[in-house]
Amino acid sequence: MTPPPPAARAEASPAIAVRGLAKSFGPLPVLDGLALHVARGEFVSILGPSGCGKSTLFSILTGIERADAGEILLDGRPLEPADRPFAWMPQRDVLFPWRSVEQNVSLGGEVAAGLPRGEARDRARALLADFGLEGFGGMRPYQLSGGMRQRVALARTVAQGRDILLLDEPFGSLDALTRTELQLWLERIWERERWTVLLITHDVREAVLLSDRVYVMAQRPDGIALERDIRLSRPRTLDTLRGADAAELEHELLVALHAGRPV
Amino acid sequence: MSGRVARVLKLLVPPVALLLLLGAAWELYARGGALGRDVLPPLSRVASAGWDDRASLWQNLQPTIVEVLVGFAVSLAFAFTVSVALDASGIARRSVMPVLIGSQTIPLVVLAPLIVIWFGFGFTPKIILVALVTFFPIVVGLVDGYASSERDAITLMRTMGAGWATIFLQVRLPSALPGFFTGLRIALTYAVIAAIFAEYAGAEYGLGVYIQGASASFRTDLVLAAVLVSAVLTLALYAATFLVQRLAIPWYAESRRAGA
Ligand SMILES: Nc1ncnc2c1ncn2[C@@H]1O[C@H](COP(=O)(O)OP(=O)(O)OP(=O)(O)O)[C@@H](O)[C@H]1O
Ligand SMILES: [Mg+2]
Repeated sequence: MTPPPPAARAEASPAIAVRGLAKSFGPLPVLDGLALHVARGEFVSILGPSGCGKSTLFSILTGIERADAGEILLDGRPLEPADRPFAWMPQRDVLFPWRSVEQNVSLGGEVAAGLPRGEARDRARALLADFGLEGFGGMRPYQLSGGMRQRVALARTVAQGRDILLLDEPFGSLDALTRTELQLWLERIWERERWTVLLITHDVREAVLLSDRVYVMAQRPDGIALERDIRLSRPRTLDTLRGADAAELEHELLVALHAGRPV
Repeated sequence: MSGRVARVLKLLVPPVALLLLLGAAWELYARGGALGRDVLPPLSRVASAGWDDRASLWQNLQPTIVEVLVGFAVSLAFAFTVSVALDASGIARRSVMPVLIGSQTIPLVVLAPLIVIWFGFGFTPKIILVALVTFFPIVVGLVDGYASSERDAITLMRTMGAGWATIFLQVRLPSALPGFFTGLRIALTYAVIAAIFAEYAGAEYGLGVYIQGASASFRTDLVLAAVLVSAVLTLALYAATFLVQRLAIPWYAESRRAGA
């Protein structure tokens, strides 16, 4: 099963579209006229310098913060507060030490999907098996390695049963080796599951490895500096990154990321 | 297993050694007779006098234990209820906390006789006094504990659509339990003293009554024996909180040991 080319997918009505989004914190304008969209089954990354408002975008999407202006469209119509199509994964895993690994994952089903406890637990078990965490369900989060904790946190996000995953620097706190390992793991599992994903990252290689499309956000509040399709064939591996196409893309994204800054 | 034995020994040996040292110093100093043996009896005489009078000590210890435990239970129920209200409402927190803190400056010596005057000589005034002095540290432990919840954890729950009650039960309450146990232990050290004070102000039985009677007849050995008994009671209750904590929140010690 090969995915349709990004151009064809973009024609279908996007799962989520943001237009003219603006947000200030007091006198500080963080977002001003931000526009982006994600199609169903598409993996989109946002690259941007620290403090440019990436996390703020997620806060607005999840309803934690209110935008000053702009609209959010879900399948072409304005997002209603009751819609709740997003499952958010924070940068720090915030797994609860008083819950077992399995109970942490089932929290997503219990709270977000309102499933009865037994059903949420069954879903959590199945997810843990899918995520290569079989046999760890009874352990406590602090007994796991950093990479495993991040996988559990992603499982809890998926367990919410929401349409769109919002991943805020999910691998930012990991060491380089574990990070690469998890990026490759996410690539494989995404090939299988085809979630709709919006990923925030500082890591250009990560964006190239995982994404169908990448947005580069400029220093605030100038909005999107660059939008780039990543037309590298899947499945992607470390070999993909070695190719000339990937290197060229990485370079282009890096340049856009550093635009307007002394390099 | 041997690791656990080693840990327990490491915990017990230093204080026991220190106590033995202090006991020996007391014994030697008192035997020297500088203060007179009836004024400061040696530890050995305190122990043997206490042992000889054990029936009466035990009879007077029982009501004190009951007062402490019932007072604590009442205090816990009130403290938990109040802490939930304080957590739910910022205006309640801002108005009640300063008043609570101010109330802590009322000395026990003043409070005890007043409460006996208001509520009589039965169990009630003792329980009220124990509850009053233990209430504050427990409430503070809980309220600070709620506030120690991770911001991201609460944000996560909100993005999942959780309401106040779900967030309280799933995040704030579990986050508060370690602080709660700390508050509980501080409260405990006040509880026995409060019960003895209340008995001092008027009661039929109790360690306070026993101490009063012994000191009225200049039996310093029995006064000190009763003091030792109350110290042992406090220590036993203190140890019990660690046991309950281990059962209630095993994850706390483990996650700290794991450095997470
Ligand atoms: N609740 C808030 N109140 C005031 N200022 C805020 C708030 N949230 C974010 N900001 C400010 O808005 C700006 C953007 O923050 P945001 O967290 O969205 O950045 P970011 O792009 O996610 O950065 P990073 O890559 O470091 O995570 C920052 O200057 C931040 O200090
Ligand atoms: Mg951020």
